[in-house]
Amino acid sequence: MMFDGFIERLKTGLWRDNPGLVQLLGLCPLLAVTATFVNGLGLGVATLAVIVMSNALVSATRRWIQTEIRVPIYVLIIASLVTCIELIFKAWFPDLDRALGIFIPLIVTNCAIVARAEVFASRNSVGSSIIDGFVMGLGFMLLLMTIGAFRELIGQGSLFARMDMLFGGEPTRGIVLTDGGWLLLVLPPGAFFSLALAIAGKNAIDRRRKELQKSIPRSARTLNR
Amino acid sequence: MTAVADRPVWKSGVTLAVIAGFCTALVALTWQLTAERIEDNKKRWLERSLQPALAGLFFDSPVTESMRTIPPPNDLPGSGAAIVYRVYAGETPVAALFVVSARDGYAGPIRLLIGVDMEGTVTGIRVLEHRETPGLGDRVETTKSDWVLQFDGRSLNNPQPGSWAIKDDGGEFDQLTGASVTPRAIVKAIKETLRYFETNAAAIFATPPDDADNDSAGDE
Repeated sequence: MMFDGFIERLKTGLWRDNPGLVQLLGLCPLLAVTATFVNGLGLGVATLAVIVMSNALVSATRRWIQTEIRVPIYVLIIASLVTCIELIFKAWFPDLDRALGIFIPLIVTNCAIVARAEVFASRNSVGSSIIDGFVMGLGFMLLLMTIGAFRELIGQGSLFARMDMLFGGEPTRGIVLTDGGWLLLVLPPGAFFSLALAIAGKNAIDRRRKELQKSIPRSARTLNR
Repeated sequence: MTAVADRPVWKSGVTLAVIAGFCTALVALTWQLTAERIEDNKKRWLERSLQPALAGLFFDSPVTESMRTIPPPNDLPGSGAAIVYRVYAGETPVAALFVVSARDGYAGPIRLLIGVDMEGTVTGIRVLEHRETPGLGDRVETTKSDWVLQFDGRSLNNPQPGSWAIKDDGGEFDQLTGASVTPRAIVKAIKETLRYFETNAAAIFATPPDDADNDSAGDE
C-alpha cells in the first residue's frame, strides 16, 4: 500500500510534474551546467540533497512557523543547507566544485526548492515531505543527467568524461566516440535546444499515450456490444 | 490560521531568531568538519598545478612556500599584482614560476603559469584560468591539445626576437585553427615575462627563501 503510493509519487516527480520538464523551475542551473554528463550529475546530486533536507526541516518546523515570516525562514534554511553542501563539495570533490563553480552556491536560487517547501513541506508530515523532496529532486537530477549526456555526446563526441571528479582516480576522457563534435551543443544555445527537444519529446509521448487510452476504451465498448 | 494582528510581533521575531541560530549552528558544525580538508585541498591543488611548469628540473623545496607578490606597476603582463614562486635546490635558485594575466584574451584575461629557469629558458607553460570559446580557444589547455608545449625550451633568443609571434603575424609559433586572438595574447605574455625575468632575476632572488613569509605579507 505504502509502496504503491511511493511508485505513484515517483511517477509524478520523474514524469508528470517533473520540476524541470513540466514546471520549468530551476532553469538557470539546468541550462548553465549541463555541458557534460558529470557536471549535470554533480549538480543534480547536490540539488537532490538540498531539496530532501530542506523539505524535512521545513516540514519539521511547520507548526512553529507563522505564515507571515515563512518565506524568510525558507530562505534561511535553504541557504544554510546549500552552504553546508558547498563546504562538503569543497572538502571531498574539489575538482567538481571547481568545474561547477558558482552554480553550487546558486542552488539557493533554484525556485524548485522553495516551491516544494511552500507547496508541499509546509502542509505535510516529515516522512511524506522527504519522499516528495526525493522524487522531485530525482526528477530534476535525471533531467540534468539526460541533457548533460546528450550535449556531451553530440557536442564533444564523448560520454562520461571526467567522471573522476566525482569518483576519484586518474583524469579520464570517458568513452570517446569521435574527436570533437557539433560545437553548438556545448555552447549556451545548445542548452536551450536540448531542453526544448526534451520538453517536445515528453509532450509527444504524453499525447501518443492519451490517444492510445482514448482508442482502447472505444474498442472495448464495441467488443462488449 | 489566526489573523496577523492577533499575533504579537515578538513571537515572529523569536521564531526567526531560533531558526537563524539553528541554521548558523548547522553551518558552523559543517565548517568545523570540513575546514581542514578544504585547506589541504587548496594547498595540494596549488602545489600540483605548479609542477607541470617545472618539468625536468631538480628542486627540493616546497614551491608554494617561496611565494612573492610583485605589486603593480611592473612590466609583467596584466594590470594587477603578479605572483612569483622561487624554486630552489638547497640554497641555489633553480627557476622562477610566474603567475601572470594576459589581458588581451578573446573573452577576458587569461591566467598563465610560466616557468623560467636561471638561463631564461621556458621550463613549462600552463593556462590556469580562461574564458575562451570551448572548442576553439580552449585548446590552450593541456587536456585538450599540446599547443602550449611548443614553448618548452624556448628563450628570448630562441627564436630570434623578431620571430616571437604566431605564424599569422610572421612569427614562428603555431596558432590554433579558428583562433588566433588567444594564441597571440599568450605569446605576447610569455615574451613580456621572459623580458621581465632577464632584467629582474637578481631582485627576485635577492631575499633568501626563509624570508619569504615577510615578503608575501598581504598576498592574495
